[in-house]
Amino acid sequence: MSVHELEAQFQRKIDAEVKIEPRDWMPEAYRKTNIRQISQHAHSEIVGMLPEGNWITRAPSLKRKAILLAKVQDEAGHGLYLYSAAETLGAARETMIDDLNSGKAKYSSIFNYPTLTWADMGAIGWLVDGAAILNQVMLCRTSYGPYARANVRICKEESFHQRQGFESLLVLSKGSAEQKAMCQDAIDRWWWPSLMMFGPKDSESTNNDQSIHWKIKRKTNDELRQQFVDMIAEQVKLLGMTLPDQHLKWNAERQHFDFGEINWEEFWNVVKGNGPCNKQRLAARNKAHDEGAWVRAAAVAYAEKSNERSQNNHNSWAAA
Amino acid sequence: MNIEIRRYFYGDIPGDEAGGNSAAPKNAPNEKAWPLWEIFIRSKQGLDHKHAGSLHAADARMAIENARDVYTRRMEGVSIWAVESKNIHASNPDDAAAFYEPAQDKIYRHPTFYDLPEELKHM
Ligand SMILES: [Fe+2]
Ligand SMILES: [Fe+2]
Repeated sequence: MSVHELEAQFQRKIDAEVKIEPRDWMPEAYRKTNIRQISQHAHSEIVGMLPEGNWITRAPSLKRKAILLAKVQDEAGHGLYLYSAAETLGAARETMIDDLNSGKAKYSSIFNYPTLTWADMGAIGWLVDGAAILNQVMLCRTSYGPYARANVRICKEESFHQRQGFESLLVLSKGSAEQKAMCQDAIDRWWWPSLMMFGPKDSESTNNDQSIHWKIKRKTNDELRQQFVDMIAEQVKLLGMTLPDQHLKWNAERQHFDFGEINWEEFWNVVKGNGPCNKQRLAARNKAHDEGAWVRAAAVAYAEKSNERSQNNHNSWAAA
Repeated sequence: MNIEIRRYFYGDIPGDEAGGNSAAPKNAPNEKAWPLWEIFIRSKQGLDHKHAGSLHAADARMAIENARDVYTRRMEGVSIWAVESKNIHASNPDDAAAFYEPAQDKIYRHPTFYDLPEELKHM
């Protein structure tokens, strides 16, 4: 079959909602696009542990500490599901880790913002995980089978993340004047960066949208962002708090909330590596990787030795 | 076919120079990679083990311990199998049409093939 015919056959499968599996024929660009997207998604889960890890030792109660630990552990798991999915396409785990640690690979910019108060843990769960969930629910139907399955597993765990965040803010919103102020402040700082998580406006993308054609992505950035705004604009009322946007208003004609303009200059600055915590995040990842080197080496040495030993035992058995 | 790739993959992440595609790692050439394992989990007694995913581990014991941490944090399993991925043999999807073809024309293997009177009960 010619490449042209293979491509046509491939697209017919995509159009018919047949999932693509690792050993199926696929266009090289489809493979590459998926490796990029899945590994960046994985990196986001891994770096995403850092802002919250910052508060584990300072959580206000044992209950909150246990919840936060469980959530951060889930994010590590999400990273691992995704790295495995990328590996089914021929990407090497070590290469992906190297690319993250060297700064070559990107991760979601949201994790380059600092976590200044305890209320940030609530705001992250509610807003950041909330935004991630919309993306990941869409990706449960992505065309590459292993990536879709990884997202199904992730989504099962994510709903607890968002709920614990909202509940944590709910407690603060009913607390002392100081706690209420802390709650509002966290919402004020995380609102706009959360909207940026969906990426540039659709009108900014001049390239034709191959990802949608291949059903890797199934909704555009603007569609997902609008869905998020509509959801959060209602939920915030239950907290008795406000979103820091004076243009936020229900539009009966569109049946959606209108909202103000994102500060795109800030967006690009953080993407380019000049966010408040870009350097700190990469330094933390590199430190963890370097300090874990002897553990990885020791595990390999141990495995080799016990392998040898069982070989020898086997041989002496055979001789006896 | 000339394919343009959209720049933004996962939300806000730009796509250029952000791959992870070349097979050989550069930073740690001396480090031996842990092998890849496929993990199968029995979700409860009486059910089959089902493929859950894969992970890296230095040996079988670590593979099972890691599988517990990665795939059973919410009581999703009561038993774990770990098989080194290199030991899995798979049928070739390119041959699927010919490989499974003989099953296609043997519809008499299915109970619905047989036309029986309505009055016939318990069958
Ligand atoms: Fe996650
Ligand atoms: Fe999460």
